[in-house]
Amino acid sequence: MTGLPAIKVEKLVKRFGKTTVLNGIDLVVERGEVTCLLGPSGSGKSTLLRCVALLEEANEGFIEINGMPLGFASGPNGERVRLPAAETQKVRAHIGMVFQQFNLWPHMTALGNVAEALVTVRGMPRKDAEERAMAQLSKVGLSDRAGHYPSELSGGQQQRVAIARALALDPDIMLFDEPTSSLDPELTGEVLNVMRDLAESGMTMLVVTHEIGFAASVGSKIVFLDQGKLIVEGKPEEVFGKPRHERIDQFLDTYLDRGAATLL
Amino acid sequence: MTFDPDLIIQYLPDIVRALGVTILLWIAGSALGIVVGFIIAVARRYGPRWLDLALFAPVELIRGTPFLVQIFLLYYGGPFIGLSLDSVTAGLLGLTIYGAAYYSELWRSGFVAIPKGHVEAAQCVGFNRTQTLRRIILPEMTMLLLPSMVNMTILMLKETAILSIISVPELTLAVSALGTKHYAFVEGFAVLALIYWGLVEACSAMGRFAESRLSKYRFAAS
Ligand SMILES: Nc1ncnc2c1ncn2[C@@H]1O[C@H](COP(=O)(O)OP(=O)(O)O)[C@@H](O)[C@H]1O
Ligand SMILES: [Mg+2]
Repeated sequence: MTGLPAIKVEKLVKRFGKTTVLNGIDLVVERGEVTCLLGPSGSGKSTLLRCVALLEEANEGFIEINGMPLGFASGPNGERVRLPAAETQKVRAHIGMVFQQFNLWPHMTALGNVAEALVTVRGMPRKDAEERAMAQLSKVGLSDRAGHYPSELSGGQQQRVAIARALALDPDIMLFDEPTSSLDPELTGEVLNVMRDLAESGMTMLVVTHEIGFAASVGSKIVFLDQGKLIVEGKPEEVFGKPRHERIDQFLDTYLDRGAATLL
Repeated sequence: MTFDPDLIIQYLPDIVRALGVTILLWIAGSALGIVVGFIIAVARRYGPRWLDLALFAPVELIRGTPFLVQIFLLYYGGPFIGLSLDSVTAGLLGLTIYGAAYYSELWRSGFVAIPKGHVEAAQCVGFNRTQTLRRIILPEMTMLLLPSMVNMTILMLKETAILSIISVPELTLAVSALGTKHYAFVEGFAVLALIYWGLVEACSAMGRFAESRLSKYRFAAS
């Protein structure tokens, strides 16, 4: 499996009704790389991530995870052939997903949220699952909050539990869709730190974010999406350094104030 | 007409027996209504479109007509289509159908209220449909729907009084028979009001207790 990219997106097209949201995306994420996906609101970042997580089905194109086709395989004439659900689930198990809205289950404690899939999906005895969940919670610095319900946790803590929940299943690829966008500014740091540690541990990550600082310092690659097309792709210093693509300039002006943008 | 408490004491065993029938029919009818209502809601949401359309009309018909009329038609009209039931069976069936229509609409509103992201999070960690329903959707709905379920169950209790018109030996029938016999309507109906009210309060108290136990599960602000 070495040498195969972790994620390979090929000519991906996604339409909602008549609007084309993803217009032929080609993207490769190598193992151990952190790819940051930037772009204005409505450019299709979430849709791309949701296609990779199989929460949306693309209309055309292919996605491969560690070299295995996800959802659809290419037939003899290049047509899309739907794969059996069991096979799809197996491929999907390589992927963990973190949402902007955390999406913790409100009727379970932090520990319950993390242990649940180990019991229900993996069939692990509850006791073993909770042990593993506890270890995962301490990795995100929340072992002292294990017994708390989501409503008793701050946004930053909830998001860290959500990260632990995804990690408990041992994925080798993590997808993040604006993980800090619904947090108060003083809470984004604790989540970004957890993500930084994860990147350092060698996790393959595809991160949608408006945190330019995080993207520039942690990202191995920056990908810029505009109107459903991938228009810029490169190392952070290439993408943010001068000369800059005109759309990147506009984007930075929007998300940073002008002064900060010139400092880059 | 004077208020005569002795009369009530004299007939206490009869009243207690009839109260038992009322409580049994109430609990059985509500429980069956909740279960059948859930099956209807799931069928309408996850089944084929024709099933949703096929269930729409009967649910609306039941919700759009008085229970008194339904129970009368079921008991006295049933034999014309080969459905001869004794009064208790007809009463329980009628309550179940009536409750199922209302409870199914409550369940439906619950399905709509569950944030889509909670279901997607379950999909992402590998839950299948049944697991998602059992472990995520159902518990979340229970918490969301508890107050309106308790409310509907209270209404179900009061609807059992209507079963007196088909001679189900329940509380209202027993007490009004007593009233007729002794010309003691006021006593009878005062007692009736107190007993129903007591049951409703007991039911509400249980609901409040359950709600307080579930209060931690309230949706987290994000
Ligand atoms: N389920 C959907 N149905 C219809 N249109 C959608 C749906 N999801 C997203 N869109 C549209 O697709 C476009 C891209 O959305 P999204 O991927 O969420 O953008 P981003 O995450 O970059 O802000 C938007 O115009 C949005 O309105
Ligand atoms: Mg988005």
